[in-house]
Amino acid sequence: MAVQKFITGNFYDEAVLFPAVKKVRRGGYKIHEVFTPFPIHGLDKAMGLRDTSLHTAGFIYAITGTATAVGFITWALTVDWQINFGGKPFFALPAWIPITFELTVLFAAVGMVLTFCYLCQLAPFVRKDHFNLRSTDDTFVLVLECTDKTNDAEAMSFLQSIGGQDVQVQYKETGWWLGRYDKDTKRFERKAEAAH
Amino acid sequence: MSLLRYESQVRPALVEGDKDYHQVTEDICRPVEARPSKLWWIGFIISVLFLAFGILSVTVEVIYGTGQWNLNKTIGWGWDITNFVWWVGIGHAGTLISAILLLFRQGWRTGVNRAAEAMTIFAVMCAGQFPIWHMGRVWNAFFVLPYPNTRGPLWVNFNSPLLWDVFAISTYFTVSLLFWYSGLLPDLATLRDRAKKKWRKAFYGVAAFGWTGSTKHWQRHEALSLVLAGLSTPLVLSVHTIVSFDFATSVVPGWHTTIFPPYFVAGAIFSGFAMVQTLLVVTRKVLGLEEYITIEHINVMNKVIVLTGSIVGIAYLTELFMAWYSAVDYENFAFFENRLNLNSPYGWSYWIMMGCNVLSPQIFWFKKMRTNLVVTFFMSILVNIGMWFERFVIIVTSVYRDYLPSAWSTYYTPTIWEVGFYMGTFGLFFTCYFLFSKFFPVIAIAEIKHILKRSGDNYKEKMDVVEKEDTIVFAEKQAHDH
Repeated sequence: MAVQKFITGNFYDEAVLFPAVKKVRRGGYKIHEVFTPFPIHGLDKAMGLRDTSLHTAGFIYAITGTATAVGFITWALTVDWQINFGGKPFFALPAWIPITFELTVLFAAVGMVLTFCYLCQLAPFVRKDHFNLRSTDDTFVLVLECTDKTNDAEAMSFLQSIGGQDVQVQYKETGWWLGRYDKDTKRFERKAEAAH
Repeated sequence: MSLLRYESQVRPALVEGDKDYHQVTEDICRPVEARPSKLWWIGFIISVLFLAFGILSVTVEVIYGTGQWNLNKTIGWGWDITNFVWWVGIGHAGTLISAILLLFRQGWRTGVNRAAEAMTIFAVMCAGQFPIWHMGRVWNAFFVLPYPNTRGPLWVNFNSPLLWDVFAISTYFTVSLLFWYSGLLPDLATLRDRAKKKWRKAFYGVAAFGWTGSTKHWQRHEALSLVLAGLSTPLVLSVHTIVSFDFATSVVPGWHTTIFPPYFVAGAIFSGFAMVQTLLVVTRKVLGLEEYITIEHINVMNKVIVLTGSIVGIAYLTELFMAWYSAVDYENFAFFENRLNLNSPYGWSYWIMMGCNVLSPQIFWFKKMRTNLVVTFFMSILVNIGMWFERFVIIVTSVYRDYLPSAWSTYYTPTIWEVGFYMGTFGLFFTCYFLFSKFFPVIAIAEIKHILKRSGDNYKEKMDVVEKEDTIVFAEKQAHDH
């Protein structure tokens, strides 16, 4: 992770943003990210992102929960310590359905939230660079990645031509760091590069 | 693009007034960023006082034992379990609004879901207090967990409904908390990015987990919300079903009925919606959010109240029918003598329940009543009184006359510490709610923005032109645009 160079443009209407995203991809530029204040359905498809597999992970956690509950209760009540409740069978599966169900849900929910936080690199005290503070308010921010071959001026005028406003070059940290926002002590920042 | 998210004019706008995205942020963040009003302080201090009295009551009970409560030989469960079931039931509305209505694609949930989810969490916290402190030797409370112990290890009884309750309530609390907080992350990020004061930057900076609003993150966030909603839906039904098993699996006349699970779930939604109404009618006024929590929201929730209230009413009648149809003397005695007979010692409580839960909500068949805030507020209180009495009736009238008539003379009234404990949970609930409404956005900002172009007032007006347009022309124009 390091500080990289980006070109950003602001959009204020989805109707402008969607065609812009398509044109950027057709124009051969690499979209680093589009930041939006709320989920916009179809934007991920327009950007060419693949579907998330979070559901699959959730399913795996769920069956882990089911197996844990059934396995543990079976072992505890039929192998480890058998207790005779009014002559009922030790293996009383119907009576275990409630706990099995609860553990299935619990494992799936906790597992999925942790996976979500891991994939998105979210945790308390984690800090990430923002390209525009208004992107959590009312602004859609389209960020292009710059490489050595990118012609900055050309990219900027292209972004302007497709509706981007306040187009500018920004140097930003791509990873996360710990600390405070008001004290910019970035963990990965290379001072020389950031001074551009 | 906005044309694609077209919604019929028949539906009233969910967000009133001429709003854009920034205005939504401003409106919902304003109460969080402003200094708390005098009204907020008064409410908060009263809540804390209630909480303090509750802590005193519980302390007395822990020091001197459950003998400080007036539970007696036949009435082993009194106010404590009544209050437990009551609070758990209230919690259910939050999950219903946030999960089931999400699956049903009900756009109106966005105005009220955040506050309702918070209410769920606080209500479950209150509910959990009762079985825990009822244990008496509360320092041994961890015995309910299946951990490897030195007594064998002797495992807990996995076949017992009381243990199912432990799992159900703790799972419910955990999942609700995760659902609520994962939904809050984007809104906390909004507050963080608006913050000017140092402590706000630090507080919301930590709380927002470094959320940026990247499209990939939103994609995962949507997937997570949908699956959590899918999990919460059967979960919420299971929780009150399991609570009802505490009674239904026993052989006590009045408890031993198969109708309990659906009847409890309907009652839970009924009382929960009433509590949501109580809170939101006040919240929207005090925080100036009338354009987001509109009369239409109140109207829709009142429809749910009259529906669930009537389901509960049918359940009451079914119980009476089944008691008669069973031709079992004990069943008949429990229902027709101990409950229905107004002259029996607790007959009055049955009729309070009937009046508040079944008869009074019927006024919500009239739109004029559903959209009247004073009536709604009054009714929401009445419903919760009624639902409290439902649990009281189920618990106390079933056990106060057992099979030994010599034990019948004891009439159960709570002591000051039992009442104080109940008051204390009100304190806990409202202290949490006041803090929540001060430090967190009470409306899901991102979700409101998401529906704004479909259901907002100003966007609906623009749609008038489209409404008159020919369908074929409209479709062709859309096809050309893309």
